[in-house]
Parts: sequence; structure tokens; C-alpha cells
Amino acid sequence: MTADSSALSVRLLSVGDSAWTVEFGSDIDPAIHGRVLGFCSLLDTLSGDGRLEGVVEWVPTFRSVTVHFNPEQTDAMALRNLLGELAGKSGILSATGCRWHIPVCFDAECAPDLADVAAAKGMTPEAVVQLLTDSVFSVYMLGFLPGFPYLGGVPEVLDMPRLASPRKVVPARSIAIAGRMCAAYPWESPGGWRLLGRTPMRLFDAANARRPALLAPGDQVVWEAIDRASHDELERECAAGHFDLARLMREGGF
Amino acid sequence: MSALVEIVEAGLAVTIQDRGRFGYRNMGVPVSGALDPCLMTAANAMLGNDPDAAVLEVCLVGASLKALSGTVRIALAGALTAQVLKPRGRVLKVQSWQTATLFPGDVVRIDGVGRGVAYVGISGGFQVPMQLGSRSTYPRARIGGVEGRALAVGDRLQCDPLIGNPWLEACGTLPWPVAPGPIRVLPGPQDDHFTPEALAALLGTPYRVTRDMDRMGIRLDGEKLTHNDRGAEIVSDGVAPGSIQVPANGRPIVLMADCQTSGGYPKIATVIRADLPRLAHVRPRDEVHFVAVDHAQAAAALREQAQRVGRWCESLGTFRPPGVVDEVALYEGNLISGAIRGDELAWHSV
Repeated sequence: MTADSSALSVRLLSVGDSAWTVEFGSDIDPAIHGRVLGFCSLLDTLSGDGRLEGVVEWVPTFRSVTVHFNPEQTDAMALRNLLGELAGKSGILSATGCRWHIPVCFDAECAPDLADVAAAKGMTPEAVVQLLTDSVFSVYMLGFLPGFPYLGGVPEVLDMPRLASPRKVVPARSIAIAGRMCAAYPWESPGGWRLLGRTPMRLFDAANARRPALLAPGDQVVWEAIDRASHDELERECAAGHFDLARLMREGGF
Repeated sequence: MSALVEIVEAGLAVTIQDRGRFGYRNMGVPVSGALDPCLMTAANAMLGNDPDAAVLEVCLVGASLKALSGTVRIALAGALTAQVLKPRGRVLKVQSWQTATLFPGDVVRIDGVGRGVAYVGISGGFQVPMQLGSRSTYPRARIGGVEGRALAVGDRLQCDPLIGNPWLEACGTLPWPVAPGPIRVLPGPQDDHFTPEALAALLGTPYRVTRDMDRMGIRLDGEKLTHNDRGAEIVSDGVAPGSIQVPANGRPIVLMADCQTSGGYPKIATVIRADLPRLAHVRPRDEVHFVAVDHAQAAAALREQAQRVGRWCESLGTFRPPGVVDEVALYEGNLISGAIRGDELAWHSV
């Protein structure tokens, strides 16, 4: 962690009378995201010390942190000044979290767009899977749906636009790409990303109050290919609540 | 000891809500919670509940609840009425802004809501399990409420039995305070993504509510809000209930309680917290006017609202429901004044 970021620009944006967005840039860029994580880490420390009165929570995104506060407990302009000061002296943090090895089944049934993506790139589906499983993805942020992670790190050669016409139903736990982003759908939902696989892991569990979302900004993710039989077996284990998440922390845990 | 009520008619999208779910927005979990938290406060005040106790949020078609065990009390806040169906076919009408007591076997049928949302509170609140620190229902991810969904026939909900005199109901004595005038907004966070004419149009011309509205947001129609050369898309950043986002078609969407935590459309302005509950009561084709304020004015508006709601809650009155005999008064030999005529209810209806 370095402290030399005060020279870089920060903008304080009003999100009504109960939130400020601290904006470090306008692009998807690991350097900008490093400042986002550094700022969140500073907020964590100050909040733990009880020095962020009236601040309810904060939401990191690719390029900014939205700080939600209770206007009945804190003065908006005073908080704005404080956040500006803090943003000037917070550092840069990268790859702070866990590295998860998450099993993914790339069988055609679980990966309805794999053949099309491979064809569009003049590759075999196996080669696309090889590229995906050789990559290390970084979690930028969670949004869209509870537990939905936006992951950076899709190899440039796999860069593909979204589907021209989004699907009405994306099956839960689908792994998908759009542009240079990768994601995993915790819930069945509509979606326009290209579906390249499916994980048996639960990405969000409301019963786990301590860590309902499996992934957090700053985490790294490696996809590990499994066959359909292992997928179905793991899915049963997860549904029954028997799966030990520690298995996701090591390579080749399946 | 707890009491139990059962849903005997589900109504339409009736959900359990409280103040909302905080602390999980960084994981993509929306705040949810009552669209009009002031009305929730009123319902709870009439019951002597904690102001954050979970209530039923009703829009359009209400539900029917049957008291199974224990004597319970309900309260109505907002534009809705109800009927208590007693044994032997007796029916007791319940006006808004008052409580009604349900003895085991009684059924309360919540009528439709005239406009927007309204709330039904119950003694002790609806005690479904907390999920992620809140009882608020968020159906898209099946969080909170009863199994994360709207109420269904056969659901059994726990609450507290009534403490106190079952023959003495509570009611509001002041008109419900609603701030008049246009909906107040703070410009930003992406007002610099729009032409100067766009902000002038938002603040100077009326916008019409479309049929496309739910707990996530309200789509408005009116003068097109044109983006400048910075464009109609941004790399996603944080949003909040009240954010007015504008997609490429130039038609604004006001985000409400169940909105996503981040979004990729520029947000021209944000409705202040004091005025957002007012938007929970608009109907399709209603006209909405916006006006810009600064942070000091927004803070003052919120303080005034808290004071007005506080005054309303402090000036609650009591009354004896029609057709019942006050047993306490009876024992005290005061039979005449204890029996109340139905028409005495009229004074506190609104």
C-alpha cells in the first residue's frame, strides 16, 4: 500500500441528501480500482474506530465509492469535506482478498454460447475453455443482483459484445462474458451476456449473515473445469448445505 | 407468549416491510423497506410498537388476516379501510388512521388502496425471521418477508398479543401531514452529462407518471432529457433510492426502494429523502413537478418532516369501537357512557 496518491484527481458527487460518490476516475482500470480499494480500506479502519459518525455503509464500484449516510445524524457538507480529505490521503490497494478456485462445468448444456464464441474467434471450444481456466480474474465490484460479481481479466482474444437480443432467462450460476468482463449469475434472471459455463457453487446465501456473497471486491477467481457428473454431485452437496467452502481456497480441490 | 394470524386472502403483492436492509449494498443487496416510512411510523405509533416494527405494505388489493391465537390489534395508515368480520356475521368497519382489535376467530379484510401504498401494522410487528438484518421482502432474490415473497394464503405470521384494554382503540387526531409543492431534488451526480436545456426541462416542465412503475422505480414521460457529448452510458457507479437516471431515450426513471445498488445510466438529479415517500403515492398519468434545492434546504425539509410526523404521533387519541361494551366501565357501574354508538366514530375518519 502506498500513500502517494494525493496528486491524483478525486471528484465528490452529490447523490441526493444521503450519499456522496467519491469518484477516482471514469474508466475500468486496475489502477483506478486500486484507489477504490485503498479508500474502502481506510473507511473500514476509521469506521472500526467509530470515527465515521452517521455513515451507514459504502459501495465500491469499478471507479468510485458511494458513501451512504444518515442525514439526521451527520451534516452532509461536513462529511463531504471529510471524504475529500480522506480520498486525498488514502492509498492504493490491489489483490487484497482471497483467491478462489471455483469449479465450472463447460459441457455444451451448461455453456450454450461456447460454440458460437469459439466459432467467432476461429478457435475450438476446448481452446476457449483452456484460455478461461488459465486466466486469473479480479473481482471489481458486486451489483445488478445480490452477489453478482463483475470480474476483470477476460483475455483480449475473447472480447465479444453482448448478445444482440438478451435472453429472458439466464440459468442461475451461469458463468458469462461481455467485452472484457466476466460474471457469474447468482440468480435466474434476464441477461445479455454470453454463457460459457455453469458452476454448482452458491454465489449468494442470505442465511449466511457474515458473508452472504461468496465473492468480494479485491478477490481473485480461477475457474477450474469439472465434468457434468462432478457438477451435479457438487450441486447436490451445496443444496444440502454440506459443502465446505475451504475447498475453494486450494487448487484442484475437486 | 406470542399471537398468530393467518393469511386467508392474499391480495396483490402485499409484502412485509420494515425500515430496510442496510450494510449489504456493497454485495448488491438493495435496501428495500417501506416506500413510505412515515406511514409505517404512524401505523406503529398507534400500536405503541417500535417505529421500525415490520408492517404490511399494501397497494391496490389488500389481504385478509384471521386471528388464530391470542387477541391482537391492527392499525391502518394511509388511504385504506378494512372490515372486521366477527362471529355471527357481525361486521365492524375500520377507518384509516385507527386501530382495531381482533379476537381469536375474527377476520380482518383489508380493502383496496385508493392511491399509492398504505400500511397495516400489528401489535408487536410481523415477526418473520430477520434476514441480513431486516424483515423487508425483496422477491427478486427471495430475501426477507415470508420465504422472500409476497404473502400467500395459508401463511401464518407471528406477532405479539395485545397488551392493554381491548375496548379502547387508538386513532390519529390530526390530519396526516404531507408537504405541498413540487418534488425537491439535488442536481447530480451526473448532471454534467446533460445539455443545459435538459436540466431546465426537468425543473421547468411537468413529467407524467407512466404505467411502468413498481418498487424498483417509476418511469416518467415528458420533455426529452438530452445527453451532451459525454453520452448516455457511464461505467457503472453507485445509485440510491431517489436517483433520477436517464437512459438514451431521454425519459427519466426515479429509482425507488428496491432499486439496484449500481447503474450505468447518467443520473441527472436525486429526489431528497423527505420527498421520496410522496412518489410512493403517484398514479399513472399524474403530473410530477421537480424543483432544485441545496443540501441545507434538504436537511431542513427532513427535520420539518420528522417534526410533523412526531406531532401527529404524539397527538393520538382513543375511542371505543361501536357495538361493544367496555367491560372495565361496566364493572365500574358506568354502563351508559361505556356503550358507544356507531356514529361517534365519524369524527376521526378522514
